[in-house]
Amino acid sequence: MVDITIRKRPRTEAVLTQRKFFKKTARGKVIKVLRERYLRDDVGCGIDGCSVCHDLRDFSLPSSGSSAHAQYPNGHFVLPDTNVFLAQMDLMESDLFNPPIILLQTVMEEVRHRSLPLYNRLKALIRAEDKRIWVFYNEYRSETAVIREEGESPNDRNDRGIRMATAWYKTHISLARPPVRGQPSRPSPTVVLLSDDVANRQKAEKEGLVSISVRKYVEALQDTSKLLDLLSAPGSDEVEPTRVASARQALYPDYLPMSTLGAGVKSGQLHQGHFNANQYNYLEGNVPVAAFDKPILLIGRENMNRAVQGDVVAVEVFSESEWKAPADEVVEQETTLRNDDADESEEENDDEEAIAERKVLQAERARREASVRQPTGRVVGIIKRNWRSYVCHIDSTSLTSSNTTSLSQQTVFATPVSRLLPRIRLRTRQAPALLGQKILVTIDRWDSTSRYPEGHFVRALGKVESKEAEQESLLLEFDIPYRPFGKAILDCLPPEGDHWVVPPKTADNPVWRDREDLRDLIICSIDPPGCQDIDDALHARTLPNGNIEAGVHIADVSHFVHPDNPMDSEAAARGTTVYLVDKRIDMLPALLGTNLCSLRPHVERLAFSVIWELTPEADIVNVRFTKSVIASKSAFTYEEAQIRKDDPKLDDDLTKSIRLLNSLAQKLKANRMAAGALNLASPEVKIQLDSSESSDPIDVEQKELRETNSLVEEFMLLANISVARKIEEAFPQTAVLRRHLPPPRSNFEKLQDILQKRKGLTLDVSSSRALADSLDKCLDPNEPAFNTLVRIMATRCMLSAEYFCSGSVARDTFGHYGLASSIYTHFTSPIRRYADVLVHRQLSAAIGYSSLHATLHSKSHVERVLDVVNRRHRMAQMAGRASVEFYVGLALKSRGKGKATTEEAFVIRTFRNGLAVYVSKLGIEGLVTFKRETQFDPDAYTMTVPAASPEAVGTTIAVFDKVTVEIEVEKDKNTQRGRVKMTLRSPVDSSTL
Amino acid sequence: MSSRVEILNDGGYRSDGRRQYELRDIDIDLSQQGTADGCCTITHGLTQVLVTVFGPKEAKMRSQTLHDRAVINVEMNVLPFSTGERRRRARADRRILELAATIKSTFEPVVQTTLYPRSQIDIFVQVLQQDGGLLHACINATTLALISAGIPMTDFVCAVSGGVHSTSPLLDLTTLEENDLPHMTVAVMPRTGKVTLVALETRLHVDRFADIFRLAGDAGQALHKEMKRAVKSRATRLVGAMETGMKPPMGGADAFERDVVMEDKMSF
Repeated sequence: MVDITIRKRPRTEAVLTQRKFFKKTARGKVIKVLRERYLRDDVGCGIDGCSVCHDLRDFSLPSSGSSAHAQYPNGHFVLPDTNVFLAQMDLMESDLFNPPIILLQTVMEEVRHRSLPLYNRLKALIRAEDKRIWVFYNEYRSETAVIREEGESPNDRNDRGIRMATAWYKTHISLARPPVRGQPSRPSPTVVLLSDDVANRQKAEKEGLVSISVRKYVEALQDTSKLLDLLSAPGSDEVEPTRVASARQALYPDYLPMSTLGAGVKSGQLHQGHFNANQYNYLEGNVPVAAFDKPILLIGRENMNRAVQGDVVAVEVFSESEWKAPADEVVEQETTLRNDDADESEEENDDEEAIAERKVLQAERARREASVRQPTGRVVGIIKRNWRSYVCHIDSTSLTSSNTTSLSQQTVFATPVSRLLPRIRLRTRQAPALLGQKILVTIDRWDSTSRYPEGHFVRALGKVESKEAEQESLLLEFDIPYRPFGKAILDCLPPEGDHWVVPPKTADNPVWRDREDLRDLIICSIDPPGCQDIDDALHARTLPNGNIEAGVHIADVSHFVHPDNPMDSEAAARGTTVYLVDKRIDMLPALLGTNLCSLRPHVERLAFSVIWELTPEADIVNVRFTKSVIASKSAFTYEEAQIRKDDPKLDDDLTKSIRLLNSLAQKLKANRMAAGALNLASPEVKIQLDSSESSDPIDVEQKELRETNSLVEEFMLLANISVARKIEEAFPQTAVLRRHLPPPRSNFEKLQDILQKRKGLTLDVSSSRALADSLDKCLDPNEPAFNTLVRIMATRCMLSAEYFCSGSVARDTFGHYGLASSIYTHFTSPIRRYADVLVHRQLSAAIGYSSLHATLHSKSHVERVLDVVNRRHRMAQMAGRASVEFYVGLALKSRGKGKATTEEAFVIRTFRNGLAVYVSKLGIEGLVTFKRETQFDPDAYTMTVPAASPEAVGTTIAVFDKVTVEIEVEKDKNTQRGRVKMTLRSPVDSSTL
Repeated sequence: MSSRVEILNDGGYRSDGRRQYELRDIDIDLSQQGTADGCCTITHGLTQVLVTVFGPKEAKMRSQTLHDRAVINVEMNVLPFSTGERRRRARADRRILELAATIKSTFEPVVQTTLYPRSQIDIFVQVLQQDGGLLHACINATTLALISAGIPMTDFVCAVSGGVHSTSPLLDLTTLEENDLPHMTVAVMPRTGKVTLVALETRLHVDRFADIFRLAGDAGQALHKEMKRAVKSRATRLVGAMETGMKPPMGGADAFERDVVMEDKMSF
């Protein structure tokens, strides 16, 4: 049984044992609070071997203190004041700074009240193994407890308490070491009050206590030079002001009324556009608008004025003298604002964080003048908010209590997974339970008095890094509908289910009406390994006249998916099938996608065929489109088809057909290239999974491209182009087409400049042909991967392709820039793309097979559907990439077995304090940041890392340089989110910088 | 700012300087109040409760009279100045009615009501100050008030609240702690170890329940000693006053002896 006692509190000393204060509630009511305090004598001093004290904890301070300081030869203990922790936390955290520290309760509580994040760091410090810190609960010890006197500020009271504790320690040490007879009395160690508060030091000295400023203390230590670096800027020698709760002040300018915005945009005074946050610098964003070539730059919190990524905003442009270049520095919200407090940061409009931010901005301002200018402006109003639910993590340092049984409501920060979003403040009662989980948070509002948006908790997705949670968060983050198909949708499937077969050929069977019987043709499909939704198959044969007949057969999805039924609307809403590394989210129910429509070998399937007659030089003699029934003879993977084609021993019809197709494809490609098609590159890697069940990644490898890949691609392009011509001709107003606008020249300026300056190469962007040619010339004889890198960077300068309705845009903008084709559409993957389904319907009507559904005659309807499809398409791409990225992280982890992997990488961008690098082998991009100052030349795209010794010449790193980086996945301490961390290994080691 | 207070810090101290298993200072005043037959003021930390007992007396309300035992009637009144925020609570406040009913059901099995058929015992509870542990202070004060009224009971009833912070159990919570922690009140009869009341209004993990329950029971024993001491010193003072003031009453010595015998029984 534990010892249960009743503590006695002398009523006569109520002044000392009770505390009375007034508190103002959130509603403005003033209430009187009475608290009691039990003073005790069993609070231990923590000095090992103390004969007087006893405590439940093991005493951790050495009996004679530390003699590492020259000024205190008898040994000493350090007793820091609050300001030391508030201002010099980096120093206290340093491995090199380890004198025995007496940490007073007063100090701890003051830190807690001033800044929770700092308090949490302090707590971590106390727990750290290598620190010798004893927490002395001076407020509970009868001798050292102080009460606030009349007219005394809380700050002065705390200072007095600290001095009193120092004095107590001083006498206590001498009491606790009674002189032993016969031995020379050892000098007792000194207790040093460490404070940057001059007034406190003066008072302490008056009371006969030893006190010293942090700087002076550190100067006399052994590792002075290293430690002095960690000191924060001097000049803060004044008495720290106690914060007085002021009325809430607006941090942001108010928005203009909606009518003013509308009028302003119309008259051209204001500009409307989507707000894009800068992922490298949270204090900067931009808004691309029609009136300027370059997007309008918004610098600083006030100018961004509460806009969140994706919002449609109205922007006022500043006069040209204020135009600036975008920032060249990496500014991370977490590091700059890590000491910000969730609870009541709106009150501190002039606190350290704001000052820190201002410093960052000012520092940049000076440098910005030199380089290229861009219009700047400020957000004056929000036209449309685009808020949704965001996947976030709870920031553990913003918690007031991480105790899981706590029922109290806390205000905490949720850090969104996306770097483009600000932290969200939310109030929750279950914060401790949500730590280390992915949660969904919705933004509710963002008042002008609040630095952060306010949101609320929606639901928890699961543990961070569990596959389910990561997958779901990905889907949510990219707004991908992933619910299973409902009953109404499944009811639209053929009632036979997977027993459905092509009915026998009879004259009166409606399925066979106007369908060509191509079951005897030697058709095969070539797809990536493991492909279940086979939507295309091919054949080729020589005709008696010497020409070649080639056919592309596409799954006849429109036979099963009828317009305007639940399945069709669902597919239209989903827009596309989404491929994640370990999961596929289908657009159509699996029965259709992987079975009835899928052109599997050896079974009869309905198809929509495009059949050309081509000359041996691959010129089209004629083309016809027909609904058909086919029976694929084989389903190859790219690799199998390649091997088959290259195997000289094989000479069957199937192999000949592949060879024929291949020879045509090569000619088609050559023609296309001659027309100026671009050979672009995107970072593509493949994740090797352990097995289909466990889906644990084993390794990452780059995707291999074979001849057969290009074979399939060429015929699909040919089919798409032929179909596009046909439907545009039949339905000039509503044909579903796809285009790729030529990129504006200004997009390439930076890349051109870099290439010119770094490699002496020129990039001609006058036409896609010129660009293709000059890209071919971008070669570095020593570096084969360089060309790919340039291609990737060039791809990023381009616009993305989009679906459009032929009646909605001018005829001369139909062109597809990347493919150098005057017209293009998507016809070949109806199982996984909704646009293709529409194209199928239109083509079917164009050849008189069926009538066109009324909705496809309506321009506005087609436009609306394509808007959705375009957006889904973009999201699906991003989700796929993010999924790969997540798995690359996992693979790195399993590969490294806790150790970091080292890879070669290219520098793709230089910042003032870091480098963006691209690791081609893994297809990932990363950021290497330097803490120390570097010399940065924005015009030459170089940065110079100063050498350790002043005499030596620093190392210069430029864009396109090949470097070696160490890649590891580290968990962010606060948010628990894993992130790829890169450190430079060569040419210089950045781990210490 | 109250959320900024640590409930239990790393040094094992609570926000008011107590340790986990330490109860707050308890002050018991059994002096006579007006015409009450028995009364007691308990100041437990900053919670102060005044309980007065009237009876047993003839039941007023015919309809509620029980022919075989006495009726216990508990009325509770929370004074508006008892909390920091001045707030008048109606007599019929559901919360107060519930507390009163809890006190009533706690004492019904302990008071030997069968000795007084067709009568009633009135218990008036005045809450003067609140700072957590209201229910247990009320119960303890009622026990002592009943004793000072000379109403026969089978045992003391000693109540203590207990809560849990993370995995560490705490005893005797203040308002500050009650707001933050799951907590329960346990009333035990220390001699037999029987439990007459367990009140749990917050969600508490089932694994922690047994711990806290047992601990609160043990704390009841500790409290019992304090309460017994108060009763004894009050009795001694009364007896002393009788001896000095007038001639010894008839059979006074006998009565005293009987008391001592009873005392022996009580200690265990």
